[in-house]
Amino acid sequence: MTLLSLRNVTKRFSTPAGDVLAVDDVSLDVARGECVAIVGESGSGKSTIANMILGIYPPSEGEIAFDGATLPARRSLQHRRLVQLVQQNPLSSLNPRRSIAASLRLALDVHDIGARADRPALMASLLAEVGLPASHLARAPAGLSGGERQRVAIARAIACSSPLVVLDEPTSALDVLVQARVLRLLNDLRAKRGLTFVFITHDLAVVRNVADRVAVFEKGRLVELAATEALFAAPAHPYTRRLISAVPVLTQDESDLRDRFMESLNA
Amino acid sequence: MKRTLFILLSNPLSLLGVILVALVVLCAIFANVIAPFPSHAGAVVDFVNFNKPPQWPSIMGTDLVGRDIFSRILFAYRISLVLGVVVLSIAVPVGVVIGLAAGYLGGWIEYCLMRLTDVFLSVPPLVLAMSIMGVLEPTLLNGMLAVTAMWWPWYTRVVYNITRSEREEGYVLAAEVIGAGPAHVMFREILPNCVPAIVTKMTLDLGFVILIVSSLSFLGLGVQPPTPDLGSMVAEGARYLPDSWWLTVFPALAILVAVFGFNLVGDALREILGAEQ
Ligand SMILES: Nc1ncnc2c1ncn2[C@@H]1O[C@H](COP(=O)(O)OP(=O)(O)O)[C@@H](O)[C@H]1O
Ligand SMILES: [Mg+2]
Repeated sequence: MTLLSLRNVTKRFSTPAGDVLAVDDVSLDVARGECVAIVGESGSGKSTIANMILGIYPPSEGEIAFDGATLPARRSLQHRRLVQLVQQNPLSSLNPRRSIAASLRLALDVHDIGARADRPALMASLLAEVGLPASHLARAPAGLSGGERQRVAIARAIACSSPLVVLDEPTSALDVLVQARVLRLLNDLRAKRGLTFVFITHDLAVVRNVADRVAVFEKGRLVELAATEALFAAPAHPYTRRLISAVPVLTQDESDLRDRFMESLNA
Repeated sequence: MKRTLFILLSNPLSLLGVILVALVVLCAIFANVIAPFPSHAGAVVDFVNFNKPPQWPSIMGTDLVGRDIFSRILFAYRISLVLGVVVLSIAVPVGVVIGLAAGYLGGWIEYCLMRLTDVFLSVPPLVLAMSIMGVLEPTLLNGMLAVTAMWWPWYTRVVYNITRSEREEGYVLAAEVIGAGPAHVMFREILPNCVPAIVTKMTLDLGFVILIVSSLSFLGLGVQPPTPDLGSMVAEGARYLPDSWWLTVFPALAILVAVFGFNLVGDALREILGAEQ
Protein backbone atom coordinates (compact mmCIF):
# COMPACT_ATOMS: atom_id res chain seq x y z
CA MET A 1 0.00 0.00 0.00
CA THR A 2 1.51 3.30 -1.09
CA LEU A 3 1.97 5.89 1.64
CA LEU A 4 3.95 8.56 -0.18
CA SER A 5 4.11 9.12 -3.87
CA LEU A 6 6.05 11.63 -5.91
CA ARG A 7 4.61 12.13 -9.37
CA ASN A 8 6.83 13.77 -11.99
CA VAL A 9 8.31 16.07 -9.39
CA THR A 10 10.62 18.81 -10.66
CA LYS A 11 12.26 21.62 -8.73
CA ARG A 12 13.92 24.64 -10.25
CA PHE A 13 15.69 27.32 -8.27
CA SER A 14 16.28 30.69 -9.84
CA THR A 15 19.60 32.13 -8.74
CA PRO A 16 21.46 35.22 -9.91
CA ALA A 17 23.68 32.87 -11.92
CA GLY A 18 20.66 31.38 -13.71
CA ASP A 19 18.19 28.58 -13.11
CA VAL A 20 19.29 25.44 -11.28
CA LEU A 21 17.40 22.24 -12.02
CA ALA A 22 17.81 20.58 -8.63
CA VAL A 23 15.26 17.77 -9.11
CA ASP A 24 14.31 16.62 -12.59
CA ASP A 25 11.05 14.74 -13.23
CA VAL A 26 11.21 12.26 -10.38
CA SER A 27 8.46 9.69 -9.74
CA LEU A 28 8.71 7.44 -6.72
CA ASP A 29 6.27 5.45 -4.59
CA VAL A 30 7.05 4.57 -0.99
CA ALA A 31 4.98 1.83 0.63
CA ARG A 32 3.75 2.02 4.21
CA GLY A 33 6.36 0.57 6.58
CA GLU A 34 9.06 0.64 3.95
CA CYS A 35 12.51 2.20 4.19
CA VAL A 36 13.65 3.72 0.92
CA ALA A 37 17.22 4.97 0.82
CA ILE A 38 18.06 7.92 -1.37
CA VAL A 39 21.69 7.93 -2.40
CA GLY A 40 23.71 10.15 -4.67
CA GLU A 41 26.65 12.50 -4.63
CA SER A 42 26.50 15.83 -2.88
CA GLY A 43 24.46 18.23 -5.01
CA SER A 44 22.39 15.50 -6.64
CA GLY A 45 19.15 16.91 -5.21
CA LYS A 46 18.61 14.63 -2.19
CA SER A 47 17.89 17.40 0.32
CA THR A 48 15.69 19.20 -2.19
CA ILE A 49 13.55 16.05 -2.44
CA ALA A 50 13.42 15.91 1.37
CA ASN A 51 12.39 19.57 1.62
CA MET A 52 9.57 19.10 -0.88
CA ILE A 53 8.27 16.03 0.97
CA LEU A 54 8.38 18.10 4.17
CA GLY A 55 6.58 21.00 2.53
CA ILE A 56 9.39 23.51 3.09
CA TYR A 57 8.76 24.52 -0.51
CA PRO A 58 6.46 23.11 -3.19
CA PRO A 59 7.64 21.35 -6.37
CA SER A 60 7.94 23.53 -9.47
CA GLU A 61 6.08 20.84 -11.37
CA GLY A 62 4.44 17.56 -10.47
CA GLU A 63 2.79 16.63 -7.21
CA ILE A 64 3.33 14.88 -3.92
CA ALA A 65 0.56 12.67 -2.56
CA PHE A 66 0.13 11.14 0.84
CA ASP A 67 -2.18 8.15 1.21
CA GLY A 68 -3.53 8.95 -2.24
CA ALA A 69 -4.36 12.60 -1.46
CA THR A 70 -2.31 15.33 -3.09
CA LEU A 71 -0.60 17.63 -0.59
CA PRO A 72 -1.17 21.37 -1.15
CA ALA A 73 1.66 23.87 -1.49
CA ARG A 74 0.69 25.42 1.85
CA ARG A 75 0.48 22.70 4.44
CA SER A 76 -1.99 22.80 7.29
CA LEU A 77 -1.09 21.59 10.78
CA GLN A 78 -2.68 18.22 9.98
CA HIS A 79 -0.41 17.92 6.95
CA ARG A 80 2.63 18.86 9.00
CA ARG A 81 1.83 16.05 11.36
CA LEU A 82 2.12 13.46 8.57
CA VAL A 83 5.85 13.79 8.11
CA GLN A 84 8.74 14.67 10.38
CA LEU A 85 12.46 15.19 9.91
CA VAL A 86 15.74 14.07 11.43
CA GLN A 87 18.58 16.28 10.25
CA GLN A 88 22.23 15.58 9.74
CA ASN A 89 23.72 17.89 12.30
CA PRO A 90 22.33 17.50 15.83
CA LEU A 91 24.49 20.46 16.90
CA SER A 92 22.38 22.83 14.90
CA SER A 93 19.03 21.01 14.89
CA LEU A 94 18.55 21.64 18.63
CA ASN A 95 18.34 25.26 19.75
CA PRO A 96 21.46 25.89 21.89
CA ARG A 97 19.54 28.33 24.08
CA ARG A 98 16.55 26.12 24.84
CA SER A 99 16.36 23.07 27.07
CA ILE A 100 15.79 19.58 25.72
CA ALA A 101 12.34 19.75 27.31
CA ALA A 102 11.50 22.96 25.43
CA SER A 103 12.62 21.47 22.11
CA LEU A 104 10.59 18.28 22.65
CA ARG A 105 7.59 20.05 24.02
CA LEU A 106 7.12 22.19 20.92
CA ALA A 107 5.85 19.20 18.92
CA LEU A 108 3.35 18.30 21.66
CA ASP A 109 2.18 21.89 22.09
CA VAL A 110 1.79 22.65 18.39
CA HIS A 111 -0.22 19.49 17.73
CA ASP A 112 -1.96 19.60 21.09
CA ILE A 113 -0.99 16.06 22.03
CA GLY A 114 -2.08 14.88 25.47
CA ALA A 115 -3.40 17.04 28.30
CA ARG A 116 -1.05 19.87 29.31
CA ALA A 117 -0.39 18.24 32.68
CA ASP A 118 0.55 14.93 31.06
CA ARG A 119 3.13 16.37 28.69
CA PRO A 120 6.15 16.12 31.02
CA ALA A 121 5.45 12.40 31.48
CA LEU A 122 4.94 12.06 27.74
CA MET A 123 8.31 13.70 27.09
CA ALA A 124 9.98 11.39 29.59
CA SER A 125 8.54 8.35 27.85
CA LEU A 126 9.68 9.68 24.47
CA LEU A 127 13.20 10.02 25.84
CA ALA A 128 12.99 6.50 27.29
CA GLU A 129 12.02 5.24 23.86
CA VAL A 130 15.25 6.61 22.39
CA GLY A 131 17.28 5.33 25.32
CA LEU A 132 17.80 8.53 27.32
CA PRO A 133 16.99 9.17 31.00
CA ALA A 134 14.26 11.66 31.87
CA SER A 135 16.86 13.75 33.71
CA HIS A 136 18.10 14.91 30.29
CA LEU A 137 14.93 16.98 29.90
CA ALA A 138 16.29 19.78 32.05
CA ARG A 139 19.62 19.87 30.24
CA ALA A 140 20.82 22.18 27.49
CA PRO A 141 21.98 20.62 24.19
CA ALA A 142 25.55 21.70 25.02
CA GLY A 143 25.60 19.20 27.89
CA LEU A 144 24.87 16.23 25.60
CA SER A 145 27.11 14.19 23.31
CA GLY A 146 26.49 14.11 19.56
CA GLY A 147 24.80 10.72 19.77
CA GLU A 148 22.56 11.83 22.64
CA ARG A 149 21.55 14.94 20.75
CA GLN A 150 20.66 12.89 17.72
CA ARG A 151 18.51 10.68 19.95
CA VAL A 152 16.69 13.78 21.17
CA ALA A 153 16.14 14.84 17.55
CA ILE A 154 14.73 11.37 16.85
CA ALA A 155 12.45 11.61 19.91
CA ARG A 156 11.21 14.94 18.59
CA ALA A 157 10.55 13.43 15.16
CA ILE A 158 8.37 10.66 16.62
CA ALA A 159 6.71 12.89 19.22
CA CYS A 160 3.56 13.53 17.22
CA SER A 161 3.32 9.97 15.87
CA SER A 162 3.98 10.90 12.26
CA PRO A 163 3.75 7.84 10.02
CA LEU A 164 6.56 9.09 7.77
CA VAL A 165 10.02 10.21 8.81
CA VAL A 166 12.53 11.79 6.46
CA LEU A 167 16.09 11.26 7.64
CA ASP A 168 18.63 13.51 5.91
CA GLU A 169 22.01 11.89 6.56
CA PRO A 170 21.09 11.22 10.21
CA THR A 171 24.32 9.45 11.10
CA SER A 172 26.97 11.08 8.97
CA ALA A 173 27.93 13.62 11.64
CA LEU A 174 28.48 10.85 14.22
CA ASP A 175 31.46 8.59 14.73
CA VAL A 176 31.23 4.98 13.67
CA LEU A 177 30.26 3.28 16.90
CA VAL A 178 27.67 5.89 17.76
CA GLN A 179 26.39 5.57 14.18
CA ALA A 180 25.80 1.87 14.74
CA ARG A 181 23.79 2.46 17.90
CA VAL A 182 21.70 5.20 16.35
CA LEU A 183 21.00 3.06 13.26
CA ARG A 184 19.93 0.23 15.48
CA LEU A 185 17.62 2.55 17.40
CA LEU A 186 16.10 3.71 14.11
CA ASN A 187 15.58 0.13 12.93
CA ASP A 188 13.92 -0.74 16.24
CA LEU A 189 11.65 2.28 16.20
CA ARG A 190 10.60 1.57 12.64
CA ALA A 191 9.68 -2.01 13.53
CA LYS A 192 7.93 -1.08 16.77
CA ARG A 193 6.00 1.91 15.49
CA GLY A 194 5.51 0.73 11.93
CA LEU A 195 7.21 3.85 10.59
CA THR A 196 8.00 4.59 6.97
CA PHE A 197 11.46 6.00 6.30
CA VAL A 198 12.88 8.08 3.49
CA PHE A 199 16.52 7.65 4.40
CA ILE A 200 18.98 9.98 2.70
CA THR A 201 22.61 8.95 2.92
CA HIS A 202 25.78 8.69 0.94
CA ASP A 203 27.04 5.79 3.05
CA LEU A 204 26.42 2.51 1.22
CA ALA A 205 27.19 0.43 4.31
CA VAL A 206 24.30 2.19 6.02
CA VAL A 207 22.08 1.61 3.00
CA ARG A 208 22.71 -2.12 3.14
CA ASN A 209 21.68 -2.27 6.76
CA VAL A 210 18.55 -0.18 6.81
CA ALA A 211 17.00 0.06 3.37
CA ASP A 212 14.42 -2.15 1.68
CA ARG A 213 14.87 -0.33 -1.60
CA VAL A 214 17.42 2.15 -2.91
CA ALA A 215 16.81 5.14 -5.15
CA VAL A 216 19.96 6.39 -6.86
CA PHE A 217 20.08 10.04 -7.85
CA GLU A 218 22.40 11.70 -10.30
CA LYS A 219 22.15 15.42 -11.06
CA GLY A 220 18.55 15.59 -9.88
CA ARG A 221 17.38 12.56 -11.83
CA LEU A 222 16.35 9.19 -10.45
CA VAL A 223 18.66 6.88 -12.40
CA GLU A 224 18.04 3.58 -10.65
CA LEU A 225 15.47 2.19 -8.24
CA ALA A 226 15.86 -1.36 -6.99
CA ALA A 227 15.59 -3.62 -3.96
CA THR A 228 18.73 -3.27 -1.83
CA GLU A 229 20.03 -6.81 -2.37
CA ALA A 230 19.43 -6.63 -6.10
CA LEU A 231 21.12 -3.27 -6.40
CA PHE A 232 24.31 -4.37 -4.69
CA ALA A 233 24.32 -7.73 -6.47
CA ALA A 234 23.76 -6.32 -9.94
CA PRO A 235 23.83 -2.54 -10.28
CA ALA A 236 22.15 -1.76 -13.56
CA HIS A 237 23.11 1.87 -14.15
CA PRO A 238 26.75 2.82 -14.85
CA TYR A 239 26.49 5.62 -12.28
CA THR A 240 25.42 3.13 -9.59
CA ARG A 241 28.34 0.90 -10.46
CA ARG A 242 30.72 3.81 -10.09
CA LEU A 243 29.10 4.78 -6.81
CA ILE A 244 29.48 1.28 -5.39
CA SER A 245 33.07 0.91 -6.54
CA ALA A 246 33.90 4.38 -5.17
CA VAL A 247 33.26 3.28 -1.59
CA PRO A 248 36.41 4.45 0.18
CA VAL A 249 38.89 1.78 1.18
CA LEU A 250 38.86 1.50 4.96
CA THR A 251 41.91 1.28 7.20
CA GLN A 252 42.21 -1.81 9.37
CA ASP A 253 40.93 0.06 12.43
CA GLU A 254 37.99 1.42 10.57
CA SER A 255 37.05 -1.91 9.08
CA ASP A 256 37.24 -3.53 12.53
CA LEU A 257 34.87 -0.87 13.76
CA ARG A 258 32.68 -1.46 10.74
CA ASP A 259 32.54 -5.17 11.45
CA ARG A 260 31.56 -4.61 15.02
CA PHE A 261 28.96 -2.18 13.81
CA MET A 262 27.47 -4.71 11.41
CA GLU A 263 27.39 -7.30 14.19
CA SER A 264 25.68 -4.94 16.57
CA LEU A 265 23.05 -4.25 13.93
CA ASN A 266 22.31 -7.92 13.46
CA ALA A 267 22.42 -8.69 17.17
CA MET B 1 24.46 33.83 34.69
CA LYS B 2 26.52 33.03 37.79
CA ARG B 3 29.50 32.31 35.59
CA THR B 4 29.09 35.63 33.78
CA LEU B 5 29.03 37.48 37.08
CA PHE B 6 32.07 35.60 38.32
CA ILE B 7 34.14 36.44 35.23
CA LEU B 8 32.96 40.07 35.40
CA LEU B 9 34.22 40.39 38.96
CA SER B 10 37.50 38.50 38.49
CA ASN B 11 38.93 40.72 35.75
CA PRO B 12 40.32 43.99 37.20
CA LEU B 13 39.14 46.18 34.32
CA SER B 14 35.60 44.83 34.26
CA LEU B 15 35.55 44.90 38.07
CA LEU B 16 36.35 48.61 37.87
CA GLY B 17 33.50 48.92 35.38
CA VAL B 18 31.09 47.13 37.71
CA ILE B 19 32.15 49.37 40.61
CA LEU B 20 31.69 52.56 38.57
CA VAL B 21 28.30 51.44 37.27
CA ALA B 22 27.20 50.43 40.76
CA LEU B 23 28.35 53.81 42.04
CA VAL B 24 26.40 55.70 39.39
CA VAL B 25 23.28 53.61 39.83
CA LEU B 26 23.36 53.90 43.64
CA CYS B 27 23.91 57.67 43.39
CA ALA B 28 20.92 57.90 41.08
CA ILE B 29 18.61 55.77 43.21
CA PHE B 30 19.57 57.33 46.54
CA ALA B 31 20.16 60.87 45.28
CA ASN B 32 17.68 62.36 47.77
CA VAL B 33 19.35 60.53 50.67
CA ILE B 34 22.99 61.13 49.73
CA ALA B 35 22.68 64.72 48.56
CA PRO B 36 23.56 67.25 51.29
CA PHE B 37 21.15 69.76 49.69
CA PRO B 38 18.35 67.85 47.95
CA SER B 39 16.39 71.04 47.31
CA HIS B 40 19.26 72.34 45.14
CA ALA B 41 18.05 70.08 42.34
CA GLY B 42 15.45 72.78 41.70
CA ALA B 43 15.36 76.56 41.32
CA VAL B 44 17.06 77.59 44.54
CA VAL B 45 19.08 80.75 44.92
CA ASP B 46 21.67 81.37 47.64
CA PHE B 47 23.44 84.69 47.04
CA VAL B 48 25.69 84.24 50.04
CA ASN B 49 27.35 80.99 48.98
CA PHE B 50 27.49 81.38 45.19
CA ASN B 51 30.40 80.33 42.96
CA LYS B 52 32.40 78.89 45.87
CA PRO B 53 35.31 76.48 45.30
CA PRO B 54 35.14 73.01 46.90
CA GLN B 55 34.80 73.34 50.68
CA TRP B 56 32.75 71.72 53.38
CA PRO B 57 29.80 71.07 53.09
CA SER B 58 29.85 71.72 49.33
CA ILE B 59 32.67 69.30 48.44
CA MET B 60 32.43 70.08 44.73
CA GLY B 61 31.78 73.78 45.19
CA THR B 62 28.66 75.78 44.36
CA ASP B 63 27.34 77.12 41.08
CA LEU B 64 26.62 80.70 40.04
CA VAL B 65 23.38 80.88 42.01
CA GLY B 66 24.82 79.13 45.06
CA ARG B 67 23.54 75.58 44.53
CA ASP B 68 25.59 72.61 45.70
CA ILE B 69 27.21 71.02 42.60
CA PHE B 70 27.56 67.57 44.20
CA SER B 71 23.82 67.47 44.95
CA ARG B 72 23.00 68.56 41.41
CA ILE B 73 25.28 65.89 39.92
CA LEU B 74 23.48 63.18 41.92
CA PHE B 75 20.10 64.31 40.60
CA ALA B 76 21.49 64.71 37.10
CA TYR B 77 22.55 61.06 37.25
CA ARG B 78 19.05 60.10 38.28
CA ILE B 79 17.48 61.96 35.38
CA SER B 80 20.04 60.70 32.87
CA LEU B 81 19.55 57.11 33.93
CA VAL B 82 15.76 57.36 33.92
CA LEU B 83 16.06 58.91 30.49
CA GLY B 84 18.39 56.13 29.34
CA VAL B 85 16.12 53.41 30.70
CA VAL B 86 13.02 54.96 29.16
CA VAL B 87 14.72 55.47 25.80
CA LEU B 88 16.06 51.92 25.71
CA SER B 89 12.84 50.35 26.95
CA ILE B 90 11.13 51.82 23.89
CA ALA B 91 13.98 51.66 21.37
CA VAL B 92 15.04 48.08 22.15
CA PRO B 93 11.67 46.33 21.75
CA VAL B 94 10.89 48.35 18.62
CA GLY B 95 14.30 47.72 17.09
CA VAL B 96 14.30 44.03 18.05
CA VAL B 97 10.83 43.30 16.67
CA ILE B 98 11.62 45.06 13.39
CA GLY B 99 14.97 43.26 13.11
CA LEU B 100 13.41 39.85 13.80
CA ALA B 101 10.56 40.41 11.37
CA ALA B 102 12.83 41.71 8.58
CA GLY B 103 15.38 38.94 9.08
CA TYR B 104 12.99 36.03 9.40
CA LEU B 105 10.02 36.92 7.21
CA GLY B 106 12.11 38.18 4.30
CA GLY B 107 10.58 39.29 0.99
CA TRP B 108 9.04 42.74 0.65
CA ILE B 109 8.63 43.05 4.43
CA GLU B 110 12.39 42.75 4.78
CA TYR B 111 12.94 45.18 1.93
CA CYS B 112 10.67 47.90 3.33
CA LEU B 113 11.80 47.57 6.95
CA MET B 114 15.50 47.58 6.15
CA ARG B 115 15.25 50.57 3.77
CA LEU B 116 13.45 52.47 6.53
CA THR B 117 16.18 51.47 8.97
CA ASP B 118 18.89 52.57 6.52
CA VAL B 119 17.27 56.00 6.20
CA PHE B 120 17.43 56.50 9.95
CA LEU B 121 20.94 55.12 10.14
CA SER B 122 22.24 57.40 7.39
CA VAL B 123 21.37 60.57 9.34
CA PRO B 124 23.94 61.42 12.01
CA PRO B 125 22.21 60.81 15.37
CA LEU B 126 22.84 64.24 16.81
CA VAL B 127 21.59 65.94 13.65
CA LEU B 128 18.41 63.86 13.68
CA ALA B 129 17.80 64.61 17.34
CA MET B 130 18.51 68.30 16.80
CA SER B 131 16.10 68.54 13.89
CA ILE B 132 13.35 66.78 15.81
CA MET B 133 14.00 69.03 18.78
CA GLY B 134 14.07 72.02 16.46
CA VAL B 135 10.60 71.26 15.12
CA LEU B 136 9.12 70.26 18.46
CA GLU B 137 9.47 72.16 21.70
CA PRO B 138 12.70 71.44 23.57
CA THR B 139 11.02 69.65 26.48
CA LEU B 140 12.25 66.56 28.31
CA LEU B 141 9.54 64.44 26.68
CA ASN B 142 10.54 65.54 23.19
CA GLY B 143 14.16 64.96 24.10
CA MET B 144 13.36 61.35 24.90
CA LEU B 145 11.35 61.08 21.71
CA ALA B 146 14.27 62.40 19.69
CA VAL B 147 16.82 60.10 21.27
CA THR B 148 14.51 57.08 20.92
CA ALA B 149 13.88 57.83 17.25
CA MET B 150 17.57 57.66 16.52
CA TRP B 151 18.30 54.68 18.72
CA TRP B 152 16.06 51.79 17.56
CA PRO B 153 17.66 51.29 14.11
CA TRP B 154 20.89 50.14 15.74
CA TYR B 155 19.05 47.32 17.46
CA THR B 156 17.30 46.48 14.22
CA ARG B 157 20.68 46.13 12.50
CA VAL B 158 22.16 43.92 15.21
CA VAL B 159 19.11 41.66 15.51
CA TYR B 160 18.58 41.54 11.74
CA ASN B 161 22.10 40.29 11.11
CA ILE B 162 21.86 37.61 13.79
CA THR B 163 18.42 36.55 12.57
CA ARG B 164 19.64 36.24 9.00
CA SER B 165 22.28 33.74 10.04
CA GLU B 166 20.17 31.95 12.68
CA ARG B 167 17.29 31.30 10.30
CA GLU B 168 19.61 28.99 8.36
CA GLU B 169 20.16 26.88 11.47
CA GLY B 170 18.64 23.43 11.75
CA TYR B 171 16.55 24.29 14.81
CA VAL B 172 14.56 26.82 12.80
CA LEU B 173 13.88 24.22 10.12
CA ALA B 174 12.91 21.72 12.82
CA ALA B 175 10.38 24.14 14.32
CA GLU B 176 8.93 24.93 10.90
CA VAL B 177 8.61 21.24 10.03
CA ILE B 178 6.75 20.66 13.29
CA GLY B 179 4.38 23.43 12.26
CA ALA B 180 5.34 26.26 14.63
CA GLY B 181 4.19 29.68 13.41
CA PRO B 182 6.42 32.67 12.63
CA ALA B 183 5.77 34.25 16.04
CA HIS B 184 7.07 31.18 17.82
CA VAL B 185 10.13 30.89 15.59
CA MET B 186 10.99 34.60 15.90
CA PHE B 187 10.39 35.13 19.61
CA ARG B 188 10.97 31.74 21.17
CA GLU B 189 13.64 30.23 18.94
CA ILE B 190 15.66 33.06 17.38
CA LEU B 191 15.27 35.82 19.99
CA PRO B 192 17.00 33.83 22.79
CA ASN B 193 20.01 33.61 20.51
CA CYS B 194 20.04 37.41 20.11
CA VAL B 195 19.85 38.14 23.85
CA PRO B 196 23.60 38.21 24.58
CA ALA B 197 24.20 40.73 21.81
CA ILE B 198 21.22 42.83 22.91
CA VAL B 199 22.24 42.87 26.58
CA THR B 200 25.78 43.86 25.66
CA LYS B 201 24.60 46.66 23.42
CA MET B 202 22.13 47.93 26.03
CA THR B 203 24.90 48.21 28.61
CA LEU B 204 27.12 50.15 26.22
CA ASP B 205 24.18 52.31 25.19
CA LEU B 206 23.24 53.37 28.71
CA GLY B 207 26.58 55.16 28.67
CA PHE B 208 25.99 56.60 25.22
CA VAL B 209 22.46 57.79 25.99
CA ILE B 210 23.88 59.77 28.91
CA LEU B 211 26.46 61.24 26.55
CA ILE B 212 23.90 62.09 23.87
CA VAL B 213 21.48 63.68 26.34
CA SER B 214 24.37 65.67 27.74
CA SER B 215 25.37 66.75 24.23
CA LEU B 216 21.82 67.86 23.48
CA SER B 217 21.65 69.76 26.75
CA PHE B 218 25.04 71.28 26.04
CA LEU B 219 23.51 72.66 22.85
CA GLY B 220 20.53 73.90 24.85
CA LEU B 221 18.15 71.35 23.36
CA GLY B 222 17.87 68.76 26.07
CA VAL B 223 16.88 68.87 29.68
CA GLN B 224 15.71 72.41 30.51
CA PRO B 225 16.69 74.45 33.58
CA PRO B 226 16.31 74.31 36.50
CA THR B 227 16.38 70.51 36.12
CA PRO B 228 20.01 69.50 36.64
CA ASP B 229 21.81 67.98 33.67
CA LEU B 230 25.49 67.18 33.35
CA GLY B 231 25.70 68.55 29.80
CA SER B 232 24.15 71.92 30.62
CA MET B 233 26.28 72.20 33.76
CA VAL B 234 29.43 71.77 31.64
CA ALA B 235 28.11 74.22 29.06
CA GLU B 236 27.30 76.95 31.60
CA GLY B 237 30.52 76.47 33.54
CA ALA B 238 32.73 76.50 30.44
CA ARG B 239 32.37 80.29 30.18
CA TYR B 240 34.01 80.72 33.57
CA LEU B 241 37.06 78.55 32.93
CA PRO B 242 39.71 78.44 34.21
CA ASP B 243 38.89 80.54 37.31
CA SER B 244 35.71 78.75 38.39
CA TRP B 245 37.01 75.36 37.24
CA TRP B 246 34.74 73.38 39.64
CA LEU B 247 31.68 74.45 37.63
CA THR B 248 32.93 72.34 34.69
CA VAL B 249 35.38 69.78 35.95
CA PHE B 250 33.09 67.87 38.34
CA PRO B 251 30.10 67.50 35.96
CA ALA B 252 32.52 66.50 33.18
CA LEU B 253 34.13 63.93 35.47
CA ALA B 254 30.66 62.63 36.30
CA ILE B 255 29.92 62.09 32.60
CA LEU B 256 33.27 60.39 32.18
CA VAL B 257 32.72 58.03 35.11
CA ALA B 258 29.28 56.95 33.91
CA VAL B 259 30.21 56.46 30.24
CA PHE B 260 33.51 54.79 31.09
CA GLY B 261 31.85 52.43 33.60
CA PHE B 262 29.08 51.30 31.26
CA ASN B 263 31.61 50.83 28.47
CA LEU B 264 33.90 48.66 30.57
CA VAL B 265 31.00 46.44 31.62
CA GLY B 266 29.59 46.32 28.09
CA ASP B 267 32.92 45.35 26.57
CA ALA B 268 33.42 42.64 29.17
CA LEU B 269 29.89 41.31 28.58
CA ARG B 270 30.51 41.24 24.86
CA GLU B 271 33.55 39.04 25.37
CA ILE B 272 31.99 36.75 27.97
CA LEU B 273 28.64 36.25 26.26
CA GLY B 274 30.22 36.09 22.81
CA ALA B 275 32.57 33.34 23.91
CA GLU B 276 29.69 31.40 25.43
CA GLN B 277 27.95 30.95 22.08
N1 LIG C 1 17.50 27.12 -1.98
C1 LIG C 1 18.27 26.88 -3.08
N2 LIG C 1 18.52 27.87 -3.96
C2 LIG C 1 19.28 27.64 -5.04
N3 LIG C 1 19.85 26.47 -5.35
C3 LIG C 1 19.64 25.43 -4.51
C4 LIG C 1 18.86 25.59 -3.32
N4 LIG C 1 18.83 24.40 -2.67
C5 LIG C 1 19.57 23.54 -3.41
N5 LIG C 1 20.06 24.16 -4.52
C6 LIG C 1 20.88 23.54 -5.56
O1 LIG C 1 20.24 22.35 -5.96
C7 LIG C 1 21.17 21.31 -6.13
C8 LIG C 1 20.83 20.13 -5.24
O2 LIG C 1 21.07 20.47 -3.89
P1 LIG C 1 20.73 19.50 -2.68
O3 LIG C 1 19.33 19.02 -2.82
O4 LIG C 1 21.06 20.22 -1.43
O5 LIG C 1 21.76 18.31 -2.93
P2 LIG C 1 22.23 17.16 -1.93
O6 LIG C 1 21.38 17.19 -0.71
O7 LIG C 1 22.07 15.90 -2.74
O8 LIG C 1 23.66 17.41 -1.64
C9 LIG C 1 22.55 21.88 -5.85
O9 LIG C 1 23.14 22.25 -7.07
C10 LIG C 1 22.24 23.12 -5.02
O10 LIG C 1 23.20 24.11 -5.26
MG1 LIG D 1 21.99 17.38 1.40
